Amino acid sequence: MSSRLAQGGMINRQQACRFAFDGAEYSGYAGDSLASALLANDVRLIGRSFKYHRPRGILSAGPEEPNALVELRSGARREPNTRATDVELYDGLQATSQNRWPSLRFDVQAINGLFSPLFVAGFYYKTFMWPASFWEKVYEPMIRRAAGLGRAALEADPDHYEKSWAHCDVLVIGAGPAGLAAALTAARTGARVILADENFALGGRCLAERRTIDGQPAADWAAQAIAELRSLPDVRLFPRTTVFGVFDDGVYGAVERVNDHLPVPPEFQPRQRVWRFIAKQTVLASGSIERPLVFGNNDLPGVMLAGAVRTYVNRYAVLPGRRAVIFTDNDDGWNTAADLVAAGGQVAAIVDSREPVIVSELSRRFPEIQAIAGEVTGARGGRHVESVEVTSRSGTSRRLDCDLVAMSGGWSPTLHLTSHKGNRPRWDEERSIFVPDMLPAGMRVAGAANGDMTLGEALVTGFRQGLTAAAACGFSGSMPTLPRVTDESTRRVPLWRVRQASGKCFVDFQNDVTADDVELTAHEGYRSIEHLKRYTTLGMATDQGKTSNVTGIALLAQQRSMSIAATGTTTFRPPYTPVAMGALAGHHRGMDFRPTRYAPSHRWASELGASFTESGPWLRAEWFPGPGESAWFAPTCREVKAVRSAVGLCDVSTLGKIDVQGPDALKLIERLYANNFATLAVGRARYGIMLREDGFMFDDGTAARLAENRYLITTTTSHAVQVYQHMHLCHQALWPELDVQFVSVTDQWAQFAIAGPRSRELLQRVLDPQIDLSNQAFPFMAAGEVRLRNGEPARLFRISFSGELAYEIAVPGHDGDSLIRALHAAGQDLGVVPYGLEALNVLRVEKGHVVGSELNGQTTAHDLGIGRMLSTQKDFIGSVLGRRANLIDPARPRLVGIRTVDRNAKLAGGMHFIPQGAKCSIEHDQGHVTSVCYSPILEQWIGLGLLTRGPERHGEKVMVVDPLRGAEALVEVCSPVFIDPEGARLRG
Amino acid sequence: MRIPCPHCGPRTHEEFTYYGDATVRRPSSSSPDAVAAFYDYVYTRDNPFGLHRELWFHQGGCHEWLVVERDTRNHAIKGAVPARDVFKAGESK
Repeated sequence: MSSRLAQGGMINRQQACRFAFDGAEYSGYAGDSLASALLANDVRLIGRSFKYHRPRGILSAGPEEPNALVELRSGARREPNTRATDVELYDGLQATSQNRWPSLRFDVQAINGLFSPLFVAGFYYKTFMWPASFWEKVYEPMIRRAAGLGRAALEADPDHYEKSWAHCDVLVIGAGPAGLAAALTAARTGARVILADENFALGGRCLAERRTIDGQPAADWAAQAIAELRSLPDVRLFPRTTVFGVFDDGVYGAVERVNDHLPVPPEFQPRQRVWRFIAKQTVLASGSIERPLVFGNNDLPGVMLAGAVRTYVNRYAVLPGRRAVIFTDNDDGWNTAADLVAAGGQVAAIVDSREPVIVSELSRRFPEIQAIAGEVTGARGGRHVESVEVTSRSGTSRRLDCDLVAMSGGWSPTLHLTSHKGNRPRWDEERSIFVPDMLPAGMRVAGAANGDMTLGEALVTGFRQGLTAAAACGFSGSMPTLPRVTDESTRRVPLWRVRQASGKCFVDFQNDVTADDVELTAHEGYRSIEHLKRYTTLGMATDQGKTSNVTGIALLAQQRSMSIAATGTTTFRPPYTPVAMGALAGHHRGMDFRPTRYAPSHRWASELGASFTESGPWLRAEWFPGPGESAWFAPTCREVKAVRSAVGLCDVSTLGKIDVQGPDALKLIERLYANNFATLAVGRARYGIMLREDGFMFDDGTAARLAENRYLITTTTSHAVQVYQHMHLCHQALWPELDVQFVSVTDQWAQFAIAGPRSRELLQRVLDPQIDLSNQAFPFMAAGEVRLRNGEPARLFRISFSGELAYEIAVPGHDGDSLIRALHAAGQDLGVVPYGLEALNVLRVEKGHVVGSELNGQTTAHDLGIGRMLSTQKDFIGSVLGRRANLIDPARPRLVGIRTVDRNAKLAGGMHFIPQGAKCSIEHDQGHVTSVCYSPILEQWIGLGLLTRGPERHGEKVMVVDPLRGAEALVEVCSPVFIDPEGARLRG
Repeated sequence: MRIPCPHCGPRTHEEFTYYGDATVRRPSSSSPDAVAAFYDYVYTRDNPFGLHRELWFHQGGCHEWLVVERDTRNHAIKGAVPARDVFKAGESK
């Protein structure tokens, strides 16, 4: 641990943390970041660059880091592109360098640097143009392999992620001096305050600078502020929480790294939690990010941002180099020299690009440091900086040995969140920075994020903005006495690039975009900053150009002789830093993607070993395997045969059920359904179809008239929600004058189909013996209230989906389980069989009933052979547009049945109709097969389809083809009703 | 985005289902130009740059259809009222 200072820093020297980087073991302390621990262990080479595979080290000490990206952890928990500067060190941490092969120290693709003329701006567009077929097969795989970032884990993430909400009056983003000040004044008024900071330690630059507030170290002031905030009941502190996005109406997205600082989250705890903070007012105190200077080989490991050097020295007690050269274009860079000297480091020289008069004035304050008015033209070194070339203003050049270059190109306000709602920042020519201009509603900005760079300004603006934010929420307080702070100077004369540079001068480190690339872009005629970004990829890496955007804009402006204000800036969009998809998904993954709804017979069906499938939000039994049966085929055929010859039981509770009541119930129903309901008597049910207003089929089901002014309507399982919503729209927006009420009762009723020639017999056994089920008393389409044998009430409907004599019986949901068991037990001697969705599907295809595959949103009643149901006597939804000539054109694909000519041939859903002898091509496509099944009654594959002029073509033979899977068959077109076309069975 | 439901208070937009333009009115099906009028009603929409009135359904709340006034430029919501009040009054714009 040769670079660790003997004392100081915010690390806990009592708590050592062992960690591994590229397999080698190291040790750091609690309170370290991975980057500071690596520096403390003299590990300087962290990764290889994206395009040229150049060696890269640590540039920054925060979320802006473009170079030190690592794969964190291993196996299923491996997380690529993690910024070592942001990672909190923990005992057992494992990290691996990325984008290198075969090893970090020796990377074969570093030779890319020699071919760099090939890799200039727009190299993708220029180099890989020809031949076109090479793109997919050669170029893209090659580029992907070579220009890879880290590798994502291949296994499923074993950890949990949560989503949560929190509400507050004032949200303060950033817990540096400005944020702490704002939180203090807001919280003291009694406002509810949330203070969030991305770092694991609150305090921001208070932790990184040797400054005093009222005579005490800034870090102590921060600690006191935090202690006071903690003591207030309506303040919530969120360390390790990045506010990553600003959304509408005061909604802020944030990700809290709850357990990222542990190898494995404790049991029942999430790794990360995505918050949505709902804030009435917000104070953005996100600070600022330092800009690198653009000189030759400014990407060598050992070249760091000057402020980051201070962070490592002061906060982490690490000396990032023994002998430093400071290169700056502003006063702030000089602080780094002072801090290095104070920590026992050696400063070879400070090179200031400004006028000698400024330099000599400053050097009077730092007499022990050699100051040079001039520029660093290039850094030298293999895998680490060893020296720099310095050219003074007088023109003399010299070489200075060093192992650290601390550079400062001034600080840019971290104003990303101010522009997430589409506002662009404004260029402040005087200070050479972009500052926030228009702000999202309710947001105000304090401190460096607003361009108020000094500690004193941060505290003043923080106190004031916290107070005004609280006042905007109706809380009042007063300004505290302003603390005394040391004077600071932030004078700067921007140096956007060093002219006489030797070596590559990087602007965007992560995407390997150089100053030459930017200038080439300008020469090639691109003026817009948006084009610069896309052509060079500047600012498009995972760091989103946090250290490069402003310099890129300035260089483009210089080249085009435009002002920076006129050049403008690209838009910032959420997220501020990358957010794991898993965190955004939260618990909504796998079977928890949405709630699972269980049918009332679920337990009974599970006990019988049923196989279940998802049907919309429901889990439904698809078949009930019998002894010795395995796959779907045998049980399905057996179940179908049982329904056709004896009796079967099926849970149909998932159909939507809506109870409609009121004097105008019939009026509403008449307007919703396309067919007539005025003639429906009490105690009867009728099949009904609903259209959309554009005239296409919407849904189908039955409506039963339970009383004069009461109807129970059913919908398909899949459209239950839409129909209910549609009914409300019709009632509330179209016909609010109708006196009618309705409510969904889908969950309140369990409903079972009892289907088959012996269904009446079975039903009789569970019903009150007094109830007459004869055809006279309870004919086909009868509906009414009945009692079970035990006296409990039930509803009975004589409706049939299978085409057999059939009933549906409904009981309150909690009685469903006992009823299905009673039915099953009572019918053993009748040969009762439970049947699932597969058999249900076979039964309905045999009978030509349409379901979702036919009601696909593109079919009309006319297409499905039920056009004559459309009433001409009334106004209903779809009545006008449903009559359009195009929708009743006989040439449209219309419903037919098909059976294979070869009885052994198979069919598949989605096959297309092609006339016999015609080429299999789109011009000859005559429609498609919507549903298929093997009919155990007909003993062959049959199907339903939508065939051009279908009803006119019964008896014709056509081909059905599936070019994707290479299947085809010859089929005969027939009526869609395969079984009992006269309907004798269901009336039996 | 948050919608101020007149019954439930300000609620997140995920609780609501968007439907569309609340300024169109269903024409009479018996008028001689019914097909043209319905064609307009179903398919023709303005695409306003600024304030727009839209129908939203509070699916995850009170099951009320609301007429929400939203600025299409920035999603700022001026207000929300029950659709039945708007449509009962026979208001057209």
